Amino acid sequence: MMPKIQIKNLNLWYGKFQALIDVNTGIEEKKITSIIGPSGCGKSTLLRVLNRMNDLIEGIKTSGEIIIGKENILLPGTDLIKLRKNVGMVFQRPNPFPLSIRKNITFGLEIHSARSKDTLDEIIENSLKSVLLWDDLKDKLNSSALELTLEQQQRLCVARLLPVKPEILLMDEPCSSLDPIATGRIEELMFELKKNYTIVIVTHNMQQAARVSDDTGFMLLGKLVEFNKTEKIFTNPEKKETEDYITGRFG
Amino acid sequence: MERQFDKELNELREMLSYMASLVENMIDTAVKALMERKPEILGEIFNAETEVNKKHIEVDELCLRLLALRQPAAMDLRFITSAMKINSELERIGDQAVNISQNTANLIQQAFFTKFTIIPQMTEVAKVMVKDSIKAFITRDIELAKNILLRDNELDKQKKEVFRKLINSIIEDPAHAEYFIDLLLISRNLEKIGDHTTNISEDVIFMVLGQDIRHHHLFDKA
Repeated sequence: MMPKIQIKNLNLWYGKFQALIDVNTGIEEKKITSIIGPSGCGKSTLLRVLNRMNDLIEGIKTSGEIIIGKENILLPGTDLIKLRKNVGMVFQRPNPFPLSIRKNITFGLEIHSARSKDTLDEIIENSLKSVLLWDDLKDKLNSSALELTLEQQQRLCVARLLPVKPEILLMDEPCSSLDPIATGRIEELMFELKKNYTIVIVTHNMQQAARVSDDTGFMLLGKLVEFNKTEKIFTNPEKKETEDYITGRFG
Repeated sequence: MERQFDKELNELREMLSYMASLVENMIDTAVKALMERKPEILGEIFNAETEVNKKHIEVDELCLRLLALRQPAAMDLRFITSAMKINSELERIGDQAVNISQNTANLIQQAFFTKFTIIPQMTEVAKVMVKDSIKAFITRDIELAKNILLRDNELDKQKKEVFRKLINSIIEDPAHAEYFIDLLLISRNLEKIGDHTTNISEDVIFMVLGQDIRHHHLFDKA
């Protein structure tokens, strides 16, 4: 089966600094893929380039290809609005809009003026159900999203991506501001979501990568050193650098 | 970078090494008691067994603690899971030495005696296999581990030889059948010790390479 995202000979520079060096891999559909590695290794850069989020950074330059669907999304003519609808992103710190819960979910639809046969209410209900918030929030849809717990806010940040029907969800350290219980619940949510979405997650928490992901990529100094089944990476990695990093021998 | 964790792993290594030296001595003592007809030294084996059993529990406790608190991965994970299995193998080797000493106790009560040199020969092979299997574990030496798998065939051959000779002895001298059967059981105990060392060697190969070579005939067809 063709991977959902194919990354070929990807290089990326911020000015003169090369942040990604010849990255090649395939991200499988409806699987969870973790990217791990020490700070500054390029893992967040790799995640962000998947929906061209780092286009905003001055002096950025790329070469190579990222094929999603049949399109190379690195080409200059890429419709970024369409790309980001298809490839949604959740950040480290929950960042709901300072609006009602209802507005948070319909915001994307309004921006993208997407037409749907479903009524807005149905969309809100389905989105909240997908992130297992519906039962808790159905009676307070007009309350401010900022009143929710951090975990609920993070769930809402996932929920608000869903009305525009993405296929891929990118998560950049989605649990780093959550306690272990909330982290556990978000991880459970990821298992639910992977039935319908392809998920790529960047995490510093190796246990989290081991728990949730099907595939894991280890990055070091801009290179994707090893990409393998998560089980293989954590029991018998092929590269010494991977071994050193996941066993904490890394200097 | 040496980690605090490495010190704990070393502690584990040393505990297993100590257990191995205990069981080697047990085997040695049991066969010495037999060949030199010294019942008085059999008591040492039971003392050593108590010590081995204590270590058996301590090693498992340490492994569980390391798994829970260190959440090891890769090489560390394979080291600890192998250590747990090797721990059990060593304890069973100790049990076999106890079995030998029980048979020995029966044998040396009898006035009849025959110098059955193949038993000390087997003992030497088995004992060195124990020593080398633990050495392979400590030094991560897969060539040594593979070599032990070959030596086990040798031990199996010796046991067959013992069986053949003892069956002849029973036919020729049925009055002492019980004596010969005790010897036969001892050779069986020694052969079992060899089997435990091959299990240890397989664990070592898994620990170093991450390859499970056990029961390979199940997978060879694929």
